[in-house]
Amino acid sequence: MSQVQHLDSVDEAVAGIEDGSTVLVGGFGLAGMPFDLIDGLIRQGATDLTIVCNNAGNGEVGLAALLQAGRVRKVICSFPRQSDSYVFDALYRAGRVELEVVPQGNLAERMRAAGAGIGGFYSPTAVGTMLAEGKETRTIDGRDYLLELPIRGDVALVSAHRADRMGNLVYRKTARNFGPVMATAAETTIVQVHEVVPTGELDPEAVVTPGIFVDRVVRVAPRHYTVQGAR
Amino acid sequence: MALNPDELAAIIAGDIPPYSYVNLGIGRPTRVADHLTPGSGVVLHTENGMLNMGPAATGEQVDTDLTNAGKQPVTELPGASYFHHADSFMMMRGGHLDVCVLGAFQVAANGDLANWHTGEADAIPAVGGAMDLAIGARQVFVLMSLFDKQGRPKLVPECTQPLTGLACVSRVYTELAVFDVGPGGAVVRDTFGITVDGLRERLDVPLSVL
Repeated sequence: MSQVQHLDSVDEAVAGIEDGSTVLVGGFGLAGMPFDLIDGLIRQGATDLTIVCNNAGNGEVGLAALLQAGRVRKVICSFPRQSDSYVFDALYRAGRVELEVVPQGNLAERMRAAGAGIGGFYSPTAVGTMLAEGKETRTIDGRDYLLELPIRGDVALVSAHRADRMGNLVYRKTARNFGPVMATAAETTIVQVHEVVPTGELDPEAVVTPGIFVDRVVRVAPRHYTVQGAR
Repeated sequence: MALNPDELAAIIAGDIPPYSYVNLGIGRPTRVADHLTPGSGVVLHTENGMLNMGPAATGEQVDTDLTNAGKQPVTELPGASYFHHADSFMMMRGGHLDVCVLGAFQVAANGDLANWHTGEADAIPAVGGAMDLAIGARQVFVLMSLFDKQGRPKLVPECTQPLTGLACVSRVYTELAVFDVGPGGAVVRDTFGITVDGLRERLDVPLSVL
């Protein structure tokens, strides 16, 4: 359907997310994290969630706040352990959240496969390591690969820079990261942006995520936060 | 004299061929960037979706939308480009990066790498992009100390810590020596304040000399 819903509030944007959903959450650390949508999801109340995200939260904001609220059953990520991931660390050590660690490139490609309708792919990453356990191995042209299966989301929460009324998106710098991949891989893609412009104002040559991958858009105010290690 | 970290980073920078696409991982290897000369044509890749990454950002330059793989604020150089994560790891896995420089807990003489998991029972596993980088870049350099805090060699006959990748490392830079590793075993390329026989006394791997 080409009708993108433009919503007036974050609460409307996250309405209807069900308990037990798999939610793809954009961001690499704090860059590109959809803070407002996650805060909305906390207010919305869905629980027993499986979260797919590169990290497992920083400080007590965004994904860390969702974890702290007790809404997450399982985290699928590449790099949970960080200097400020203490919320996740405590839940994990207490056995209150499951963890599936996936190498970062496999994480991205597994979602890309879901979005592209690919039933799986053979990746050379993690061959011979403990993350290969239980995976089918295949030798192709003399090199070993592991079968990796798609990761599909019920919902994707993405932060982009600017949208038009068609739902076309552009991002800003390294805040792009997982956003364009996750947008393709979920049943419902919900995007927070800093600006919505009239159709025709985005340069078609510069659109990163075409509106076909976007279901709901909500405008939020830019948020200021401190970057770890900023001097 | 054993080399200090800056001297070692400068040697690695000097060994990177001009016009290489290079990923410096996170932490200590990122110091190599400080020793690359502007005329070298080397382009830095960061896994979170950027080519031609610039130096660390300071003061007014800090932009929360522009960070490196260590999530620290950086800058962009003219000719920079941004791309999403699937494309970024396509660059690694597809063999488009010429060199990456990684840290390590252990490297085996055949080039096996252990650098992601200490193997301790209560450790929270976190792999990030380490496994993708290890098997993806055309040449994998390791920058590490030759001995751990307990004085045990980190260049070993066989890794005892969980593996990151098989036979993927081509060269190991340490404060006492530079080694090539691979199917032919460990080869000493250079020494700093120690003789090859001195290295043989302290390591459990057979060493040949370039």
